[in-house]
Amino acid sequence: MAATALERAERRKAWAFALPALLWTGAFFLVPFAYMAAISFWTRQGREIVATWTLDNYIAFFVKAHFFKGLVVSLEITATVTIISILLAYPLAWIIAERVPKKWQRFALIMAILPFWTSYVVRSYSWLLVLSKGGVVNQALLWLGVIAEPLELSANRTGTVIGFVHFFVMLLTLTIYANLIQLSPNYRRAAADLGANAFQTFWFVVLPLTLPGIMVGAFLTFVLCIGDYITPQILGGNNELVLPQVIMLQLGRRADFPMAAALSLVLMVVVTLAYIACARWLKMERT
Amino acid sequence: MRHLSTWLAALYAGLIYLFIFLPVVVLVLFSFQDGSLPVPPLNGLTLRWYEAIFSDGKLMAALGNSLLVALISSAVACVLGFLAAYAFARYTLPASGLLRGLIVAPMTVSTLIIGLGLLSILNITGLRLSLVTVGIGHVVINLPLCFAIIYASMGGHQVNIERAARDLGARDWQVMLLVTAPMLLPSILAAFFLSVTFSWDEFIVAFLLSRFDVTLPVEIWSMLRSGLDPKTNAIGSVVFLISIAFLVVMEFTVFRKTGKSS
Repeated sequence: MAATALERAERRKAWAFALPALLWTGAFFLVPFAYMAAISFWTRQGREIVATWTLDNYIAFFVKAHFFKGLVVSLEITATVTIISILLAYPLAWIIAERVPKKWQRFALIMAILPFWTSYVVRSYSWLLVLSKGGVVNQALLWLGVIAEPLELSANRTGTVIGFVHFFVMLLTLTIYANLIQLSPNYRRAAADLGANAFQTFWFVVLPLTLPGIMVGAFLTFVLCIGDYITPQILGGNNELVLPQVIMLQLGRRADFPMAAALSLVLMVVVTLAYIACARWLKMERT
Repeated sequence: MRHLSTWLAALYAGLIYLFIFLPVVVLVLFSFQDGSLPVPPLNGLTLRWYEAIFSDGKLMAALGNSLLVALISSAVACVLGFLAAYAFARYTLPASGLLRGLIVAPMTVSTLIIGLGLLSILNITGLRLSLVTVGIGHVVINLPLCFAIIYASMGGHQVNIERAARDLGARDWQVMLLVTAPMLLPSILAAFFLSVTFSWDEFIVAFLLSRFDVTLPVEIWSMLRSGLDPKTNAIGSVVFLISIAFLVVMEFTVFRKTGKSS
């Protein structure tokens, strides 16, 4: 079937419109990414990258404790943050959706996510102000006589987790609220008609129906949390490093680009696995 | 019973709101600290840290750089995203699913990886790091978002209006610029302002791809090395204010319009 001249002209036009975006993504995302993937199998001499194919960087990741531990610490922190954030955000989303009068809900939600828009770097710095030894929390607790010595709330894992939870409680409140508000009240009426009490209705009806909202938020939390460098760098101190910190360390002091590239690909594989695990719920959202 | 649960709900919500707002309130409050440490006790109120940041040439240059990069990279991302959305929504391209997947792919990859990839390519091309390279990186990050938002709003109901314009003798570029773009303005603006806020706030790509001229988050980052400083509080408060301003503008230009039309 030969395309007519008109069809060919239309197709040329379509390509002309699509090409700028495709070329941009190709040149500044796909090619760099492919090159970085290649580098991860290369090695270096001094500061120079040498194109000899080897698995050394990946072997080093599994063999050398400080690389592998970076991933373990990252996964531990991300899991802790995801769980705490869901537990804190769900009741808030529920209260906004169920207890706040309709005309105030939008306002309550905007307020709940307002600090979301503070700058990323500034947000972590603000938590440093709150959590440091002379900070607001320690001063208040000392003044109240709850503690005798300042608590170690920053420069350790506690600081990182608090900083992360703050951000993701806002994100999860948003996704869970969006899910709760879509639920038809008929489900609950039906459950009540069939004799379920408030707890049973929540546990067997509402909670399973809001699982997509939880999973979408949990996935976003996982991806953004495990890839973040700023929050652990500002609030976490130097005792235990997360994977992105280990990656940045390869770039800075040691100028080991191949190792940094290999670790980045490991990070990407972990995120991809998380996506596959959540794909079921992420798809449900779309329909 | 009902009464008690209402009280408990209010208490819980109050505690979480306190948690959410605590750092912001502390940040802003101690930006007025009359003393050199932004921690309690509050010695008194002063505006001298704001004076200090507004007379700090490096900081103000970084603020200007950030706005410049945010506005230009978002405009580029929107134009590229709009053209591509038009192509995929109005014409049939071969392997269109795959190509659309390519355009949104950067959204699924951490910005650290996007930045590292660009840095490794720039190293071999010998291109120098500058605000331009930061802008290129920000377009990579924001193009998927702009494309997705605009593509999603290109429904079939606009096709007939475009056809009518063509029947009345409009050329392709006239249809696109005078008919399609105005119809899609709310989503184009939403894409633009979201891009601006992301680019304005973005750290890791800006950090990896800049050298002498830096954006504001990178400059603030280097201020953090000197520890807690009310000056950092002051610039942080200003950044927060500007981000909120973007949001308010977005709320009024975008959501009001969509609210009216629906």
